[in-house]
Amino acid sequence: MAVSTPAPPEATPPAAARRLRRRRPARGQLLGWAYAAPTALFVLVLFVLPTLLVLRMSVSDWSLFAGDRGVNFPGNFTDAVGDRLFWPAVRFTLTYTAVTTVILIALALGLAVLVQESSRWTSVLRTSFLLPSALGLASASLLFYALYSPQASPVPGLLRLLGFDVGTISFLGTPTSALVSTVVLIVWRFAGFYMLLLLVGLQGIPNEVYEAARMDGARRWQIFWQITVPLLRSSLALCTILCVTGSLLAFDQFYILTKGGPDNSTITLVQLVYNTAFGGKNDLGRAAALSIIVLAALLVINVVQFRGLRGKED
Amino acid sequence: MPRYVLTGALALLFLAPLLWAGVASVSPQGGTAQAVGWGFGNYETLAGYQAGIVAFLWNSAVVSALTVVFTLVVSTLGGYAFAWFSFPGKNALFLTVLAILMVPYATLLLPLYVLLNGLGLSNSLLGVALVMTMFQLPFATFMMRISFEAVPRELVESAMVDGCTSFGALRRVLLPAVKPGLITVGMFAFLAAWNDFITPLVLISDTSKQTLPLAVASLRSQVMGVVDYGATEAGVVVLALPCVLVFLVLQRHYVAGFLSGALKG
Repeated sequence: MAVSTPAPPEATPPAAARRLRRRRPARGQLLGWAYAAPTALFVLVLFVLPTLLVLRMSVSDWSLFAGDRGVNFPGNFTDAVGDRLFWPAVRFTLTYTAVTTVILIALALGLAVLVQESSRWTSVLRTSFLLPSALGLASASLLFYALYSPQASPVPGLLRLLGFDVGTISFLGTPTSALVSTVVLIVWRFAGFYMLLLLVGLQGIPNEVYEAARMDGARRWQIFWQITVPLLRSSLALCTILCVTGSLLAFDQFYILTKGGPDNSTITLVQLVYNTAFGGKNDLGRAAALSIIVLAALLVINVVQFRGLRGKED
Repeated sequence: MPRYVLTGALALLFLAPLLWAGVASVSPQGGTAQAVGWGFGNYETLAGYQAGIVAFLWNSAVVSALTVVFTLVVSTLGGYAFAWFSFPGKNALFLTVLAILMVPYATLLLPLYVLLNGLGLSNSLLGVALVMTMFQLPFATFMMRISFEAVPRELVESAMVDGCTSFGALRRVLLPAVKPGLITVGMFAFLAAWNDFITPLVLISDTSKQTLPLAVASLRSQVMGVVDYGATEAGVVVLALPCVLVFLVLQRHYVAGFLSGALKG
């Protein structure tokens, strides 16, 4: 505790004492706690407490306006799964996650390989690819909302200019086009972000490996598939986990672009949680149960991913 | 050579939507208030929308500033504690901070809505900023912990030998040394708070307390389903401009920060 004890000016501590101090920099446990106290307070009140509360809510009949009205277990869970939109939301969320992850990571890997060498020219290109990731997902979604609108979209005009007669394009009007249009937005927003992660991995591959492969007469594609991709496995794994987790929790882009439509075809699980809690049903208990189901599914999927990826590495 | 052409074309494709938003926001468009002539009509529409864009900008600025300040203060003190002190429960607390990453946003927002109501912080910008700070803590605390650990011990010890208290050492010696970490944490907190959508969507009910992303998004659902795309584009430009500027100025920190953030994963 005696932090401010002034040392005698002439006392240059002997080497042994100095080493001892270097190993144990602790200046008192109370002081450590004092510095950590704001963190502890934040975590306790805004994270631990809410986590316990959501568990409690998931087994209670909890209305948005009336609050806690007693136990409702397993009613909330059976109601959540019994919702007519539950399975469609599960199916759509999984489809969206699979499509996004495959396309996004393939494209990010391609971009990373294209701008791998460091030069002024490639750094300009990297910045161009990265710039969309500075935008918020909501801003990016609003930008594409206008870009996809029948009135304001420049795309049909551009296509006509290039000689294609496209008639009218409906970007968000059918279930398939709404999915494709959203994936395009997400790829635009995140490709640079994942490119950067993969660039770090690429820079970790020693040049000698490539040189040796080239000496053995390997072609460019062979080098890519047999050296780059396997050695990039842990970076690719990180990207995959981030992308899968992010996509399973998708909300902003669908809330803004499609509002879940057309015909509820693009309702994601988080959108369903939101609708159950605030969109008319006002059933916080059922929404809590639903989000516990999402949380559990996410944990299972992440454990499976970690297992699978670790298994492959051995 | 074809490789450069391909990459250059792709880069243009990535920049095109941003450029289009800028151009569209000042151009006449069908279905918008500004039907004829180039100019700032779309921005004027946006400026007069509901409580007025100035109010929404102010709300966003307040939330962002509070989030940045809270995040910097809490993560600096916390990072210092985690890097330099040993105290009971230290590892448990650090792991709990990291565990925030494991629980989805949407799962936490439901109880936070109830909790903030109970604390009298519902429908308030302060409440939104506190929640956003909590979501920033895993990255920020981690970042500040590594930053403090990278400072040579001798530097601080000599300051303490000279009679500095631990807080004095933090203020005079350590803070300058961890400046890159502070810039990174501050920038990430700003971008996250400025852009966050679902937190204010859930926690704010007054139209006058909405942040800018909510206000621009609500342009979509105007009377009779007529959407003012021109004003929406103007809103996107106002939303994006600070982020693009911050990104271009602090690009190096952005890249470095997100690499050290990524390595922990």
